Amino acid sequence: MAFKQITSPHAHAAQNTSKVMQLVLWATVPGLAALTIQFGWGSLINVVLAVVTAVACEAAILKLRKRPVAFYLQDYSAVVTAVLLGLALPPLAAWWVVVVGSMFSIIIAKQLYGGLGYNPFNPAMVGYVVLLISFPIQMTTWITPLSLLPDGVSHPGIIESLGIVFGGYSPADGVTGATPLDVFKHSSGLVVDQIYESNPLFSQAAFAGVGWEWVNLGFLAGGIVLLATRIFTWHGPVAMLAAIAVMSLLFWDGGSSESPGSPLMHLFSGASMMGAFFILTDPVSSAVSNRGRLIYGALIGVLVYIIRAWGNYPDAVAFAVLIANFAAPFIDNYTLPRTYGHTDRRRATEKEED
Amino acid sequence: MRSTWVTPGGVHPPENKHQSVTMPIGSLPIPEKLLVPLSQHIGAPAKACVKVGTKVLKGQKIADATGAVSVPMHAPTSGTVTAIEDRPIAHSSGMSAPCIEITTDGKDTWIEHKGVVDFEHASPQALTKTIADAGIAGMGGAGFPSAIKLSPGHRRPINTLIINATECEPYITADDSAIRERAAEIITGIGILSHILGNPVNILIGIEDNKPEAIAALEPHVADTGISVVSFPTKYPSGGEKQLIYILTGKELPSGQLPADAGMVCINIGTTYAIKRAVVDGEPLISRVTTMTGNACGINRNYETLIGTPVSHMLAHSEFNEHACSRLVMGGPMMGFSLTSAEVPIVKTTNCILAPSYSEIPDDEPAQACIRCGMCAEACPASLLPQQLFWYSQAEDHDRLEAHNLFDCIECGACSYVCPSNIPLVQYYRSSKGEILKAREEKVKSDHARERFEFHQQRMEQAEKDKEAKRAARREAAEKAKATVAANSGTEKEGTGPVPGSAADIIAAAQARAAAKQVSPEEQQAKFERSIAGAEMRVQMATDKLAETNAKQTEDQKNILNAALEGAKQKLEQAQARLAEHVKKHSEQVK
Repeated sequence: MAFKQITSPHAHAAQNTSKVMQLVLWATVPGLAALTIQFGWGSLINVVLAVVTAVACEAAILKLRKRPVAFYLQDYSAVVTAVLLGLALPPLAAWWVVVVGSMFSIIIAKQLYGGLGYNPFNPAMVGYVVLLISFPIQMTTWITPLSLLPDGVSHPGIIESLGIVFGGYSPADGVTGATPLDVFKHSSGLVVDQIYESNPLFSQAAFAGVGWEWVNLGFLAGGIVLLATRIFTWHGPVAMLAAIAVMSLLFWDGGSSESPGSPLMHLFSGASMMGAFFILTDPVSSAVSNRGRLIYGALIGVLVYIIRAWGNYPDAVAFAVLIANFAAPFIDNYTLPRTYGHTDRRRATEKEED
Repeated sequence: MRSTWVTPGGVHPPENKHQSVTMPIGSLPIPEKLLVPLSQHIGAPAKACVKVGTKVLKGQKIADATGAVSVPMHAPTSGTVTAIEDRPIAHSSGMSAPCIEITTDGKDTWIEHKGVVDFEHASPQALTKTIADAGIAGMGGAGFPSAIKLSPGHRRPINTLIINATECEPYITADDSAIRERAAEIITGIGILSHILGNPVNILIGIEDNKPEAIAALEPHVADTGISVVSFPTKYPSGGEKQLIYILTGKELPSGQLPADAGMVCINIGTTYAIKRAVVDGEPLISRVTTMTGNACGINRNYETLIGTPVSHMLAHSEFNEHACSRLVMGGPMMGFSLTSAEVPIVKTTNCILAPSYSEIPDDEPAQACIRCGMCAEACPASLLPQQLFWYSQAEDHDRLEAHNLFDCIECGACSYVCPSNIPLVQYYRSSKGEILKAREEKVKSDHARERFEFHQQRMEQAEKDKEAKRAARREAAEKAKATVAANSGTEKEGTGPVPGSAADIIAAAQARAAAKQVSPEEQQAKFERSIAGAEMRVQMATDKLAETNAKQTEDQKNILNAALEGAKQKLEQAQARLAEHVKKHSEQVK
């Protein structure tokens, strides 16, 4: 009788990486639904286009690298990257914007570094930032939320949307418009109350900004599901949101004309919730320990606020995440947990410094 | 109700314990041949004290303990020794080791033996010796000789005795069933331990709450004994010694220390039963309860198994279906190791043989990339960062591995269990630990070599310098002589210069050479002192080496080192004697 020699442990939990990724994909559904309801078919087209491009790129590069293509595609990581990029891009962006971004995410930001697990930066955010810097006009043209469309104007249908994306047609007047963060960026001179009265984005909002509040709620809901299923721990997201809340409280400035906006507005505008639950929770490029993730999340929150309030861009999650990605290995060196039987935490670099 | 503490991390794998406790502990027919390995414990292997052909009785000693950390072996039944040779043993590497093969006679005739019923009146030393002579080593898995744990000479008095009845590994029910059926004897065993250790204040039986029958069996026996049965929520790996100590006392054992350093002794509950049998009944450790379980076997139950029983014998009596078996594991599904052959014997630490079907434990999926999701860190009971350890293990970055406390990893496998990418993490850690230990040993060796080389270099340089100094002195003397000769001849034959080959010249040169060769007494003394210094150094090095190797080396090596030390000492004495003689002579000359 001869038996296989296999290392312990012999039992394994049922969880696997593909399932984790698929769960993340399912959790984006509320956010995607909110985006589609509020801003039309654009986001859905973005997502589909990005997924097709990303999977094709991933397969091509894996083939070039002589890796088993089917095995690696099954981990769904390329799909997750593509979906997140597609959700972040403005709806009805031209097809080549989406394709260039997805290609850059997968080929440059992920596969060139060695593929899944080896990329120091969040691939979706690298793609996003490349697009934002290269094509600022396309990247800052947002769609008007459903309830604020002028009379007689509606979001383009699915056919018309495809025409805009692939045929280069322009959407009808009034279909594009500013976002709440844009409004705050470009309304110096008005006190917050005036902005809230004069701009329908706020005057007709339930609590934070028409359309965007629902999108953020959607991502928040998806994020809570992932938290509950223990896909990630609370440390990163809570630290980021807390940091944004604290910063916007500190600099609220009583709602003067210099005020960058209220905590509620910041928490439920732009990519706050998506960033907190879907971007900074990318474990590959984030800090590893719980304490490290607290610091990492807080750093992102502070950076987001700083760039929003005093930087050149209305939103800043992508930049903040990339900067924090740089800092993650450094954070890791100083945030080791205290091991059983040790009185102190150690530093990762301890032995090298001797 | 005593309070308990909660360890970080941990996992909840399916328990699968119910299958093997439906029947009471059974026994197997005596196998035709038993194979008793000489090393079933931590420490030096035992040394066979029987020869091929010797007839042995059940319980007769067949191998002596060697050295301080070792236990003897006994014949599990009566029969004849038919071989003493290397055979494949139960080891994760599938290696072979010396074993004694006994061909059984089926009579199971006991050797004469007698126990001590009133152990309260026996001295702890005598009881400890009985336990040592009975060949008892920790039966929970590590196999550490129990008598050593119980020996006096601890830095602190033992105030806590912890009996480990956790049995946190899935599938295994050896301790559980033993407690259910033998609670009274187990409590007697604990009483013996308590007596040996000077009646510690706290005697705690730690048991997970998934064994209510065992807890109920213990409770009537502990009344008025001062023993507490402490149950706590089931979580793997609560049965790890460090984890259990924390759960029961809220104290962490400082890294690198033993429980005794903290005034505690931790003993597996199966071992307490063996101790009772050894002391009260005078029976050495020749059998143990082993769980036979897994869906590839028709019968799942516990057996009182003779040490040395081939696993195949156990399988043959358990309706084993080889084709349905995905792997054969000795131990549990978390920390057990796979057996490549079923011919290996059951040993003192074998608590379970697991023969799972493919649907129970399928073949491992290929490993995917680590995405540093951190599920491993959440599961780690030692609060390590397994994902970072994995990363640095791949990079062979030993400094980072040590800074991340690799050596505090207890290899429980919780990280690999939860890993969604199916990475065999524990295997990486084991391999890295091995590499680091090897590198440390090599560093010690190379440090020695370097020291030796540097000392040699220094000596050579000094010798060269001395030679140079002598040469210079000689040259100077010769020139002086020449100058004298020249001066002399100058006065005689002005202007012609020294006559080459003149008799006076040759004599002067010879005198100069002799003067140069005649080392001054001071120089002579310095030379002796140098040789003494050299000899002292060698003695020191030999002593160091001996001290260092004392612990782990065999007797032969120790003898060689001792001889080297003696030689060095002799040379030192000789050199000292020469110096003394010289000094005496010189002082006489001066006088």
